[in-house]
Amino acid sequence: MSWSETAMWVVTPYLTLVLLVGGLIWRHRYDRFGWTTRSSELYESRLLRIGSPLFHFGLLFVLLGHLFGLVIPEGWTDAVGIGEPLYHASALIVGGVAGVCTLGGIALLIYRRRTTGPVFLATTRNDKMMYVVLVAAIVAGLATTLLSAAFQAHDYRQTVSPWFRGVFVLQPDASAMIRAPWTYKLHTLVGMALIALFPFTRLVHAFAAPVGYVFRPYIVYRSRGAAGRQAVRAPRPGWDR
Amino acid sequence: MSRVMAQIAMVMNLDKCIGCHTCSVTCKQTWTNRSGVEYVWFNNVETRPGQGYPRRYEDQEKWRGGWELDRHGRLTLKSGGRLRRMLSIFANPIMPSIQDYYEPWTYDYENLTSAPLSADTPVAPPRSLISGEPMAVRWGANWDDDLGGGPSLASADPVVQRIGDSVRLDFERAFMFYLPRICEHCLNPACVAACPSGALYKRSEDGIVLVDQDRCRGWRMCVTGCPYKKVYFNHRTGKAEKCTFCFPRVEVGLPTVCSETCVGRLRYLGVMLYDADRVVEAASVPGDEDLYEAQLSLFLDPRDPEVAAAATRSGIPDDWLEAARRSPVHDLIMKYRVALPLHPEFRTLPMVWYVPPLSPVVDALAGGGHDGEDAGNLFGAIETLRIPVEYLAELFTAGDPVPVKASLRRLAAMRAHMRRINLGEEPDPSIGTRAGLTGEDVEAMYRLLALARYEERYVIPTAYAAEPGSVEEIGCSLDYEGGPGMTGPFGEASGTPAPVSVESFHSLKQRQTSDEVTHERVNLLNWDGKGVPDGMFPKRDRR
Ligand code: HEM
Ligand code: SF4
Ligand code: SF4
Repeated sequence: MSWSETAMWVVTPYLTLVLLVGGLIWRHRYDRFGWTTRSSELYESRLLRIGSPLFHFGLLFVLLGHLFGLVIPEGWTDAVGIGEPLYHASALIVGGVAGVCTLGGIALLIYRRRTTGPVFLATTRNDKMMYVVLVAAIVAGLATTLLSAAFQAHDYRQTVSPWFRGVFVLQPDASAMIRAPWTYKLHTLVGMALIALFPFTRLVHAFAAPVGYVFRPYIVYRSRGAAGRQAVRAPRPGWDR
Repeated sequence: MSRVMAQIAMVMNLDKCIGCHTCSVTCKQTWTNRSGVEYVWFNNVETRPGQGYPRRYEDQEKWRGGWELDRHGRLTLKSGGRLRRMLSIFANPIMPSIQDYYEPWTYDYENLTSAPLSADTPVAPPRSLISGEPMAVRWGANWDDDLGGGPSLASADPVVQRIGDSVRLDFERAFMFYLPRICEHCLNPACVAACPSGALYKRSEDGIVLVDQDRCRGWRMCVTGCPYKKVYFNHRTGKAEKCTFCFPRVEVGLPTVCSETCVGRLRYLGVMLYDADRVVEAASVPGDEDLYEAQLSLFLDPRDPEVAAAATRSGIPDDWLEAARRSPVHDLIMKYRVALPLHPEFRTLPMVWYVPPLSPVVDALAGGGHDGEDAGNLFGAIETLRIPVEYLAELFTAGDPVPVKASLRRLAAMRAHMRRINLGEEPDPSIGTRAGLTGEDVEAMYRLLALARYEERYVIPTAYAAEPGSVEEIGCSLDYEGGPGMTGPFGEASGTPAPVSVESFHSLKQRQTSDEVTHERVNLLNWDGKGVPDGMFPKRDRR
């Protein structure tokens, strides 16, 4: 195994995880104020209303697909009687549709961003960089799916998935990853870049997904004291200011 | 009565509002004098009949704010249940656009001095503050002020439309009054219920509804939830902002800025005690017209020893109880029953109440050549003048004219009673009796509505039960984490939120030091009263 392969499949995943987890902790500590969707709905809602749900719902299914494909070992699905051809076909259909929705959604969102004056004005350099990586990840991912459907059907659950699971048990199986076609490698690399970027871009809003809302009472009461920095601050001595 | 809670509430006496917008402007200078909230008026004054701000916000069939009863009679948000809200989180289907408020603009003043010589006087053309492009100004926060725009605009008032086609808006018979509005700091706030992050909360000490800027994630559901459209989206920071009831002032016993600066001295602030355990029950009564009474039934009499004991058990300090006993707001709502809630049918149990204006009735009498201060004339007119009364009823009592008429009769009795006194005539006790008040009550009410001094209008307890702490915006407010000049790593809208005063400080400093702004002029509309910007006064000629 060359050093570059070790770097790609052994070092990078951990670097990505450190950046993701460390970045989230850091962002939570220092920039809770900047942790927002930065919604642009006030400026424009007609295209957003189509593009954003198309993109996000598509993406949710894509994520679900990744979860299935990467986390659940092939042996398990075989055991419940879902053979590789059946699994592959259903993954192709669901993944393909979800992927196309995601790509179509993000295309519409980017078109909107570029053509609606106020939305474009509110786009930072950070945003633009994020869109490049995000689109690259989606395109590469969709390409692997479609190419493997059109040409050689590569069973990534023999290559990428074991490597992925290995990362989390501290035994990344780089040799498995090396056997995957280059399209998969590219998608994996871009994907890792995207994950590493999450805490440092607007994508961080995904980690604020308000799942707790479903369980909490409607009206929230908070004491002025508990509001922390919102209303009052503990008095500090003069030399500490 | 297990859980007693205290609320700082407001009452506005609409007869005295002259529509000067001082409250709006001072509020804006204090709280929303920043980019991202150019279009935001925590306090706005709208002319009624009129469309209001944002346009036609009262039409809940369109905007779906507030609460409604579902098929089983249970209280749910009108915009749908929790699941529905989560599913529509990626693009809120019913959020007003900037055009529904108005597109904020400034003027290109430079053109005044740099335009080439020509036969016409140069003008300062408007520029959008959203897109920076030249724009045609077509709407504003109070575009239909003083019935400007005429019947075609006023007839789109949702309240006018509700009371039907019999309303005449022809100018000879038009009536008009001003409605100043802030956030209602509701007992059952729909904005809080709609927030998926739990960033909006009602303070348990004083009932003020606030947005935690560090927890808001920009899901913008509160904007839809509030039926009064008093939560706004800051389009620069991506966070919701709303009227704060000037909590840094109220905490130290000062009235809100809008109250402090009100030219008509028509605002009252005081404590109301209420039974927190019955809030949902009161908001769920089946009939819309019963909501006013239901809300009244929540309020507790602070003079009742049982209430006092329960309040103490619930942790309400003694000076709050004492303030509740002296509360002018309690008197206007409970004792004289002249103050009414705005749109109780939204079921949020609002806590900014209004003394309805008698002036449309008086004006109608005077316009017809009758004595507008005669008790008989006034009582008769309240019964027969359908239009202003129905209109007021749609605003304040979900269409039930009875409480509005009762309130107007008390105001009429006060007017007639005091006229006799002013003219040196014998007071006529029957006038008050006809409105359900004793002569003493009438005079006490007159003192409160007409003469009350600062300390009587604003009865605000200062001691909060929480540990003493310095108030964020008071004193030297530049000493926050990072200090002035600090911006977060992701640009101006990240990092810890800058106290409002710091943002004003920077914009002032920038205005004073920037070369781009023309040097000899200063835009007083943006001046926050601090420091003396260059160009405010002509340069001294030092010879
Ligand atoms: C389930 C979790 C998520 C929720 C609740 C969520 C919600 C939102 C919301 C409310 C907006 C603002 C739309 C607007 O009004 O302008 C937004 C924008 C966006 N989200 Fe998400 N999101 C989630 C997950 C993600 C993920 C995982 C990604 C990408 C990997 C993502 C990418 C984006 C992008 C790129 C935008 C900007 C769209 C644009 O205006 O161009 N989101 N999201
Ligand atoms: S009026 Fe104020 S407290 Fe009531 S729902 Fe609207 S924003 Fe919330
Ligand atoms: S300052 Fe007072 S009188 Fe003037 S518009 Fe506001 S509420 Fe009315």
